[in-house]
Amino acid sequence: MKFLFPIAQRIFYAIALLIAVLVLNFSMLHLAPGDIADTIAQASGGADAEVIEQIRKDYGLDQPFYIQLLKYIGNVLAFDLGHSFFYNQPVTDLILEKLPATLLLVITAQILALIVGVLLGVFSARNPNGLASYVVTFLALFGYAAPVFWTGILLLIAFSLKIPLFPVAGMIDVTVEGGFFARAADIALHLVLPVITLASIFLALYSRLCRASMLEVLGSDYVRTAKAKGLAEREVVFKHALKNALSPVVTLAGLQFSAVVSGAVLVETVFSWPGLGTLALQSIIARDTPTILGILFFSAFVVIVGNLLTDLVLRLIDPRVGSKA
Amino acid sequence: MTVPLLKVENLRIELATRDGVAPVIDDLSLELGVGETLSFVGESGCGKSMTALAIMGLLPEKVGRIASGHIWFNGEDLTKADDARLRQIRGNEISMIFQEPMTSLNPVYTIGEQISEVLRRHKGLSQRQAHAKAIELLDAVRIPNPQARVDDYPHQMSGGQRQRVMIAIALACEPKILIADEPTTALDVTVQAQIFDLLRDLGQQTGTATILITHDMGAVAEMAERMIVMYAGRKAEEGPVDQVIDSPRHPYTKGLISCVPHLLDTLTDERPELTEIGGIVPSLRDFGKNECLFASRCTIADEKCRANRPPEAEFDNQQRSACWHAGQV
Ligand SMILES: Nc1ncnc2c1ncn2[C@@H]1O[C@H](COP(=O)(O)OP(=O)(O)O)[C@@H](O)[C@H]1O
Ligand SMILES: [Mg+2]
Repeated sequence: MKFLFPIAQRIFYAIALLIAVLVLNFSMLHLAPGDIADTIAQASGGADAEVIEQIRKDYGLDQPFYIQLLKYIGNVLAFDLGHSFFYNQPVTDLILEKLPATLLLVITAQILALIVGVLLGVFSARNPNGLASYVVTFLALFGYAAPVFWTGILLLIAFSLKIPLFPVAGMIDVTVEGGFFARAADIALHLVLPVITLASIFLALYSRLCRASMLEVLGSDYVRTAKAKGLAEREVVFKHALKNALSPVVTLAGLQFSAVVSGAVLVETVFSWPGLGTLALQSIIARDTPTILGILFFSAFVVIVGNLLTDLVLRLIDPRVGSKA
Repeated sequence: MTVPLLKVENLRIELATRDGVAPVIDDLSLELGVGETLSFVGESGCGKSMTALAIMGLLPEKVGRIASGHIWFNGEDLTKADDARLRQIRGNEISMIFQEPMTSLNPVYTIGEQISEVLRRHKGLSQRQAHAKAIELLDAVRIPNPQARVDDYPHQMSGGQRQRVMIAIALACEPKILIADEPTTALDVTVQAQIFDLLRDLGQQTGTATILITHDMGAVAEMAERMIVMYAGRKAEEGPVDQVIDSPRHPYTKGLISCVPHLLDTLTDERPELTEIGGIVPSLRDFGKNECLFASRCTIADEKCRANRPPEAEFDNQQRSACWHAGQV
């Protein structure tokens, strides 16, 4: 119970936050010049003001702002994100169709960055002059200096064009035949470069933080106690030190969740990954407001769920989190 | 005399500092018999903890090293033992408790796990056996309601209780030697006496020899059979506690004792700390000098003291003093 109550509280805040995000997104998009009527008019080679007005009326865009807003919130609460003008499909369907690809990319990249970052951090803290230390320093320089799309393009040129190890674009090769495993292997092959690109930024961040955190923990009194017990080196480092050193890294990873999602938009564009990022770009160009709003809403949702999970993991790692002592 | 349990011979520990290498312990020898309690006293920074860590094989990595000398444990030279062997001994045959009970336990594991772990490691107990033994040990260190407390985390306990848990961990495998490095310095005065009582009672029950490092001269008088007074990385004086306190043979010991009134009274709640003697402790980089390092603070020092390091003078009653004028003190 002690464990569950704060979680219930967090979920309540999360829902309130989602509604706030909804209002903010809607208001900001409303302020932006141009709407779907302009796009339709443009697409049909120009139209007079009367026709545009008619389109607006058809889509309910002529009503006062607050009515549109209230209607929208009401619909979202009923799990209806509206209808895409541009794709002529329910936005929810559109997003749910693209969401798995983005989640696959984002989650794989986060996990890769965390695992590799933590291991690099641990080994470089254990041995400041070892190989892992140089890798961390290099990654830090590279990760901070190189924009993610540039890294992506570089990897594409190197490992798809010059050395054709990986496919150039997309997520699935339609010519691949075979059962589940052949398809999974195909997707995995497509996933490699986008995931490395996306993970590279966060890898630098996590490995540096983990190294600093490990260095501090390795000098702590309780690690000295663990050594005084005669425990094996492996147990001292991974059982006693790492579990403590992990908290700041997990916290950072939680805070970075939104950055990973927005990073995914860039990476998807570079690698033509059929996810929400690609959809977002297209719907922004088309001024397809319901779709944009839906994507923003879902991104916020993913980030908030990510933060909740972070909170849960932190509680599992450190019993002091959330206790009053 | 039979072969001592622990024999430190001409130990020299060097620390790599910014100003170069300094001998933080210089030519230190001592012996500890089975079941005996030996106390180290001396001002902060004189190398008491370093000596203890050297015996444990836990000198700070890349900073401290044993430059020469031997540490004989049951006839085995620990300075020559490899890591695997030292890990077998640590926590099993030689245990240590530290000055900082608030930070010496791992905050993310239950105290039950932290006690069980050492039993599983050294005694090969199963998870369940170790857990049951952990509850017994909590009871032995007088933590009320051990059945319930065993699953507590360190942050749910007071400083005194945490130090009891540290004692339970240290004594879990019934070691031959327990090193207690200022076990009460960080605790409330009322708790200090309880911890000393506990250490003495458990030490007697298990026949564990104890090295007690403390600032508390009252506790030394009450608990230890022999004491070693250290100054600037060297042994100033050594001998049976009663004799050293009654008739110190080193001016430094004399100064230390005069700082504490009513020394030989029984343990009371009132535990005065050592007060400083006039003058300053030499800095680490002067530790290696061939002179009496106490000379600058000594009232009877002369040219000889400033020109040569004094050898140990031995008295009939097993008292030894590293002073050129030991006979006149
Ligand atoms: N990790 C370390 N690195 C460098 N110097 C240290 C370290 N630990 C202790 N010292 C120095 O070694 C000397 C002896 O310290 P210590 O054995 O802890 O003294 P005591 O326990 O008698 O108070 C002190 O001068 C201290 O500054
Ligand atoms: Mg000390």
